[in-house]
Amino acid sequence: MELIEKMKQSKDSIKLFANSSNRVNEQKKLLSKTKRILLNVLRFILIVGISYIILSPLITIISRSFFSAEDVYNPLVLLLPINPTLENFRIAASRMSYVSTLTSTIIYVLSLMLIQLFICSMVGYGFARFNFPFKKLLFACVIFTIIIPTHTIMLPIYMHFRKFDLFGLVQLFTGKDGINLLSTRVPMYIMTIFGCGLRSGLYIYIFNQFFRGLPKEIEEAAFIDGAGSFYTYFRIMLVNAIPSIITVSVFSIVWQYNDMFYSKLFSIKADYSMSIKISTLQATIQNMDKITDPKLAQIYLYAGIVLTVLPVVLMYIGLQKYFMEGVERSGIVG
Amino acid sequence: MKSKKLTLMQKRALTGLIFISPWLVGFIVFYLVSLIKTIQFSLCKVSVADTGGYALAFKGLSNFKYALFQDADFNQILVNSVIGMLVDMPLIIFFSLFMAILLNQKFKGRTIVRAIFFIPVIMNAGAINDALELARQLIAGGLSAVASDAGTSSSGVNVYFLFDTFSELGIPRGLIDYIIGAVSRSYDIVRASGVQIIIFLAALQSVPGSLYEVSKIEGATAYETFWKVTFPMVTPLILTNVVYTIVDSFVTSDVVDMAYKVAITDHKYGISSAMSLLSTGVVSIVLIIVGILVSRKTFYYN
Repeated sequence: MELIEKMKQSKDSIKLFANSSNRVNEQKKLLSKTKRILLNVLRFILIVGISYIILSPLITIISRSFFSAEDVYNPLVLLLPINPTLENFRIAASRMSYVSTLTSTIIYVLSLMLIQLFICSMVGYGFARFNFPFKKLLFACVIFTIIIPTHTIMLPIYMHFRKFDLFGLVQLFTGKDGINLLSTRVPMYIMTIFGCGLRSGLYIYIFNQFFRGLPKEIEEAAFIDGAGSFYTYFRIMLVNAIPSIITVSVFSIVWQYNDMFYSKLFSIKADYSMSIKISTLQATIQNMDKITDPKLAQIYLYAGIVLTVLPVVLMYIGLQKYFMEGVERSGIVG
Repeated sequence: MKSKKLTLMQKRALTGLIFISPWLVGFIVFYLVSLIKTIQFSLCKVSVADTGGYALAFKGLSNFKYALFQDADFNQILVNSVIGMLVDMPLIIFFSLFMAILLNQKFKGRTIVRAIFFIPVIMNAGAINDALELARQLIAGGLSAVASDAGTSSSGVNVYFLFDTFSELGIPRGLIDYIIGAVSRSYDIVRASGVQIIIFLAALQSVPGSLYEVSKIEGATAYETFWKVTFPMVTPLILTNVVYTIVDSFVTSDVVDMAYKVAITDHKYGISSAMSLLSTGVVSIVLIIVGILVSRKTFYYN
């Protein structure tokens, strides 16, 4: 009896030995499969977690913006309002004079974007394709404008536009409230036309890198066919630079729209700048509507923020696909 | 023949100069002149005349001395800003590189996730942040808001629990503080890395696929592939991102606000210029040091 059992055992062990190599392979497969699944799960958790970190303030703001006054004081209401209302949006929109402010801001931002595109692509093209004396030094100056914070030179610029004496009108007015170039949008246009607008250096850099990556043959062909330099730039290079153009447009719109520094420096009127409007919205509502409770005033502010961010978000959702493709192919990566 | 070729070259050079001329004029008028003027202001007592002009009275280095030794806040704010910048920079760089690698993989819903990661760039408006901050302070009431900020974190993580756990494990105190600081500022770090993630993502896309094929054939593991292929290929962009991070965090730092306030509210133009120059000098030194350190390790493929 014992003998038979031993025999069986040894048989088993032989079988086991024969199968072992097969089994190791299977185990390996199983292991790599579990590893893959585990990695996927880990990635999923990470992405969801970080997306939550990014989105949570946004979710709070959006949900609170629909709160009515009762919901604010109701401790049971956390995220979903019991009596959702659009009243907040109505008041916030009227206090921000939403439609007119937004229209003029959009005109401002878009026109600046067009100027940025035109000037920066031109300068980038000049640096990418032509050789002229001191080119390296001048390009170093472009990098310099990216790196040096604008606030270093803000005072002279402020004074420059404060007494920007073109019509002799400025002498009549003094102080920040005077009708000089400050508190209008002209300084920003002037700066942008001369390639010193908001982050123009970065855009010049992006365009330069992109144009340098384009094959020279296209231009040579155009040149042999008798096209002038400017014609070549307009009709051939610019058409090919669409990835960069989209990247720069999105950046330019977003940053210009959010910009506070230049708006504050040039004391641009709140009617022309969404960002200034939103920064004073709470005070405006507290004064005009006599809402002294900050908790109540906050829901109006949230509604205002939703209204402010909405146009940019819509624009980004529209351009998102092209933007990501554009970033990947444009000159950001040397 | 030779002279003709030279003229063509000269013509090209002239065309190039015409192409860059708008920027050149702007650079000279707005940057160069302004920088010189800022230096001039910082050495003088600036008094603005009623006509909109200004008068300068040479004062030597006293503006700098005032900013550094007499002004109550400037020293502290400058040091805090620089330290905050240096502390956050590695976190932002590692986080954005990590996220870019994650987002570069193929999975379902990648486009949506990429869109989400750009939201901080859109939402990171100074105005909106200021307004929100103000609202929070008004609700909590001035000082108490500051006090509660110090205790609880913005991300809703129970910091004290983490602290106890880690200190029982015997991890050095400084490291714990750093990690806990990072965790409690996770939202700020995520928010500050939008553009960096995009830049790294673009860099990862431009790594030639043949390199990965080779490493796969040679039997490299994913870990080895990362350190031997991916990482060296993106190092040039690490330098770009480091510079971007430092400049970006500096532009939004308290020093800038302070220099602005001193000039616009208090009309102390000379002192404001001195503060601007001092902070810019410090940041430039930081940039140069970090740039040298990083570019030593940088690998250029071409």
